[in-house]
Amino acid sequence: MSTPVPPQPPARPRLGVFKFASCDGCQLTLLDCEDELLGIAAELEIAHFLEASSEPAPGPYDLVLVEGSVSTPEHVERIRRIRADARHLVTIGACATAGGVQALRNYADVDGYLATVYARPEYIETLATSTPISAHVPVDFELRGCPIDRGQLVEVITAFLAGRKPAIPNHSVCFSCKRRGNVCVTVAHGTPCLGPVTHAGCGALCPTYGRGCYGCFGPAGTTNLPALVPLMQRDGMSEEDVGRYLHTFNVTAFTAVEEQELPGTTDGEGLG
Amino acid sequence: MSDSTPRSQELRIPSLARVEGETALHLRIHDGTVIEARLKIYEPPRFFEAFLRGRAHTEPPDLTSRICGICPVAYQMSACRAIEDACGVVVDGQLAALRRLLYCGEWIESQTLHIHMLHAPDFLGEDDVIGLSRLHLEHVRRGLRLKQAGNAVVELLGGRAIHPVNVRLGGFHRAPTRAELRPLEERLRTALDDAWDTVRWVAGFEFPDAECDADLLALAETGTYAIESGVPTVLPYSATSPPYSFPLRDFTDHVAEEQVAHSTALHSRLDGRRHLTGSLARWAVSGRLLSPLALQAAREAGLGDPPSHAGAGRGGEVCRNPYRSILVRAVEVLYAVEEALRIIAEYERPARPYAEVPARAGTGHGATEAPRGLLYHRYTFDGGGRVTDACIVPPTAQNQGAIEEDLRRLVQAGLDRGEGSEAELTRLCERAVRNHDPCISCSAHFLELDIERIH
Repeated sequence: MSTPVPPQPPARPRLGVFKFASCDGCQLTLLDCEDELLGIAAELEIAHFLEASSEPAPGPYDLVLVEGSVSTPEHVERIRRIRADARHLVTIGACATAGGVQALRNYADVDGYLATVYARPEYIETLATSTPISAHVPVDFELRGCPIDRGQLVEVITAFLAGRKPAIPNHSVCFSCKRRGNVCVTVAHGTPCLGPVTHAGCGALCPTYGRGCYGCFGPAGTTNLPALVPLMQRDGMSEEDVGRYLHTFNVTAFTAVEEQELPGTTDGEGLG
Repeated sequence: MSDSTPRSQELRIPSLARVEGETALHLRIHDGTVIEARLKIYEPPRFFEAFLRGRAHTEPPDLTSRICGICPVAYQMSACRAIEDACGVVVDGQLAALRRLLYCGEWIESQTLHIHMLHAPDFLGEDDVIGLSRLHLEHVRRGLRLKQAGNAVVELLGGRAIHPVNVRLGGFHRAPTRAELRPLEERLRTALDDAWDTVRWVAGFEFPDAECDADLLALAETGTYAIESGVPTVLPYSATSPPYSFPLRDFTDHVAEEQVAHSTALHSRLDGRRHLTGSLARWAVSGRLLSPLALQAAREAGLGDPPSHAGAGRGGEVCRNPYRSILVRAVEVLYAVEEALRIIAEYERPARPYAEVPARAGTGHGATEAPRGLLYHRYTFDGGGRVTDACIVPPTAQNQGAIEEDLRRLVQAGLDRGEGSEAELTRLCERAVRNHDPCISCSAHFLELDIERIH
């Protein structure tokens, strides 16, 4: 999340897209850029993108987009090899930036999970945790969202091509709601909403459709959970409900915020 | 990676491209005979069925949509149906129509993605859609436009194309007004022409001979081509066995999952036999319920007339050639565009966007036709509406056995023709897998072909 993408990429830079534990939705977002796809392909050589092309070319790559979390011993090795081949590495989506929904295992008994899903757990190789890419290798930029937003993805690629920092604001969903002219669902209807603490990017979709934000873009740059949690409880959620709400698609990221802001309220046990 | 005997050989494909997910293949060849073809799906386990436990009854639609970014609506719809079944609620009228409209949007965009970006390059000797665009720009542009039309439907109704936010138990958080749906009409009318042109385009492809030796399983619905509901119906491969249906609540008695050592996806068998779900199965079971326009397109595409009565007798043509599944998909896209237009034309905004679905203890079953096949969900809830057990049977896990048998036959035929090189077998196997539009995140991302030739 720290280093800006440096200037002056070469004439036709090489793009690599790689997948770890995930649903494919964030890399699919690239194929969902119907209006921009052929333009992107003209500016970038799509060297490695398994979901789209059957002729993957070896690195090095100028820009690597990584989807998915690290959840097997093989992943740990593979992300290091990919990083070594990548001039700039950008993670796309909640799995790659916060471990994803599968990080719910981090707070549970994975052997119990294995036994629930598989009759013969001994056949399955998995780590006890699902971790973001940045836990293993340096990352140049993290794009939030479950899934990422198409417009933000195009902005990241454009910024890379232009050699500038992506203009991705760090503020909360509340800002997007105001900009869209939405009536606040919490103030007007008492609907519990994570908008005040959630990173912008979706365009305030949930409030626009009359539901409370469920935090799929992870925590915003600044959050005030101690103020928000009592408000959600006032609107009818139990402490457990609030916990489950925060601990879903960006479980590790919101847990980190909680540990910072609400000391003693999270023991890391029994989530979900 | 090689056997020491002269007739032994192993071959690895480092990655299967243009599918959704990661998988590997192990072939055992003895003296020119394929003994076994095993598809090794090793998508890292993500434990959905485990972490759904303890969640509120309202949560599985949003949670399970994250199983797959390519068919999130299918997950949301199967989950809603299962939970509503457990709670004794039936969603009907305009809310049911809106659900079908949303699902039509996913059918249009997901099947168009597979047709143009993943499958067509195989028929035209290209590696990807970018290569395709150099030679066939018009077709690629049309595909992108068609896909965009599907995405526009999902985005308008669901908020976004991937993991839509507007779906909830009992219906939607917000139902659109008639005026809001109107802009879709113009786009869909263009899409209708694009869908026709797509059928004609794929009908011109060259289709190798092949037959999938498996029972066909799809949902059947009274009076309409089943998409978002229906009764599991089987067209057995054996010509002497009549078609039959079974109640959805008995699904796991008929479709039994078993774990095998080589795959993280569970294998399943239908009444002890190999089976296939997806476009070929839907055509066989419900084809006769397609619209006149779609049936005309199917005839033009060379699919003939579908079987006349899946529930009673035979007649008409069952298509068992997996290469030709692209034709059925193209016809289904045309149908979905027409359906979307019909639903919009008949739409009246409901008084409330959803029916209440109060929690209660019990078990519920839900199945819908994901673009790539039948997707079954079952949930059990305690008195507080918490999930105590979840069971999800995705289409690709069901199709795995049939895909393996396909691979075995195709590789054998390839070997018999003298196509034994690594490159030839790899190409053959990759095509064979892509024919089935596998959705491996629903269970993986790597095809590693590993051919072992033993003495």
